[in-house]
Amino acid sequence: MSSKKKKKLTPVQQEYQDFAKKREPQRPILQNCVRSFLAGGTICLIGQLISTFYMRFFDFNEKTAGDPTVATLIFLAVLLTGLGVYDHIAQWAGAGTIIPVTGFANAMASSAIEHRSEGFVLGVGGNMFKLAGSVVVFGVFAAFVVALVKMLILKGLGGV
Amino acid sequence: MLQGRTWVFSNNPPRIVATGVVGGPFEAKGPLADDFDVLHEDLWLGQDSYEKAEKKLLEQACEQAIDKAGMRKEDIQFFLSGDLMNQVISSSFTARTLGVPYLGIFGACSSSMEGLALGSLMVNGGYAQRVLVGTSSHNAAAEKQFRYPTEYGSQKPPTAQWTVTGAGAAVITPDKGDILVTSATVGRVVDMGIQDPFNMGAAMAPAAVDTIEAHFRDLRISPSFYDLILTGDLGRIGHHTAADLLEKHGLKLPNDRFGDCGLMIYQKDQPVQAGASGCACSACVTYGHVFNRMRKGDLNKVLIVATGALLSPLSYQQKESIPCVAHAVALEAKGGKGA
Repeated sequence: MSSKKKKKLTPVQQEYQDFAKKREPQRPILQNCVRSFLAGGTICLIGQLISTFYMRFFDFNEKTAGDPTVATLIFLAVLLTGLGVYDHIAQWAGAGTIIPVTGFANAMASSAIEHRSEGFVLGVGGNMFKLAGSVVVFGVFAAFVVALVKMLILKGLGGV
Repeated sequence: MLQGRTWVFSNNPPRIVATGVVGGPFEAKGPLADDFDVLHEDLWLGQDSYEKAEKKLLEQACEQAIDKAGMRKEDIQFFLSGDLMNQVISSSFTARTLGVPYLGIFGACSSSMEGLALGSLMVNGGYAQRVLVGTSSHNAAAEKQFRYPTEYGSQKPPTAQWTVTGAGAAVITPDKGDILVTSATVGRVVDMGIQDPFNMGAAMAPAAVDTIEAHFRDLRISPSFYDLILTGDLGRIGHHTAADLLEKHGLKLPNDRFGDCGLMIYQKDQPVQAGASGCACSACVTYGHVFNRMRKGDLNKVLIVATGALLSPLSYQQKESIPCVAHAVALEAKGGKGA
């Protein structure tokens, strides 16, 4: 909680929050970091294997193998979400399964499945981007800012 | 009779003639599985949405309670019910099926005791002879409304709780039944400024403490009066916080007589983080397990303090803190010492 919010609390509320805080187990941050490193790393390793597979057995080079690799990972993540396994892996892996492209796929697939009961238009279509929407919006915006920086500053300074 | 903010039913206390308790697959794996009347293997209950499944749970709990009371649904004069779904749809839709006069209530997870208290008041006041009270919750329906899609891979913190899939219902009459409702304390809304919806236990603990203190103060009794005092769904963290807070306020409850329904319904190895929550948590544990123990003679006097977090998905997204309430109902096995 931000310090701005804390200022609004009454002394009784403040006292209780300190009292309750002492009894609240902390998130195991170190353990979560190690787990997400292992899980995220494993997903990347699988991605690398898939990429190598496409390069060796199909007509792809290092640049063009990216697209089918991502598509395969997305497919696997969506499949695991549909089978009800992905959320269990994620409870163990934390950020390790959220940050890679598989997390994005899971966010969309889980929202779509969840709202199937409200029909295809208002349910699946309307809610599919419920969680993923903000990633798309701010991802595009961030890309726009980065492009501006590159154009105006770096080019202006005679850089890249 | 009113003492402070406690209704005391010393004169001809209302009785619970029968209850119905229904649970889902996760509850079937818990230690209280034997105390359920019906357990479902399928989280969907054969319905095409989780919301419909929750309605089905409540309908079945009501059917069970009415059946076991030896009544037909036409015999029920009033139905009081509440749940967690927006606009209490599970309760209202069940009332549509029952077709009896209905009052929808909302106290979040305290709805179970809110209903029982109000129903007892109606019966004790002579305004009804057969009142059905009920409540329900469904894990996936609650997750969908309050948190993320069920299959979404977010990591839950150790303070999070698991919403019970189930429903509980009870039939209250003035003269039949072996469980007496002796008093009920209506809770105040207490807000200690906690904003984390993944830490409901800590948010609700002060409300439970407030109601427990009021109950003992109003009735001028000591904690040893009850064989068991159970809070609704504080979970592990909320329970410890409440126990410590009571002790700090000078009301020490004996450890072996102070528990939490949210810590009883699941096994230690079930992945529920801090414990169970949801309307059905206190309803299933009380109407099933606790009543069975009272009928067996294990327990005589029991105080159930159902706790509710009165937040909505909108309110916490708008950075509002979580107001909480707790309602206490005192129960006594018939044949025990007088109220």
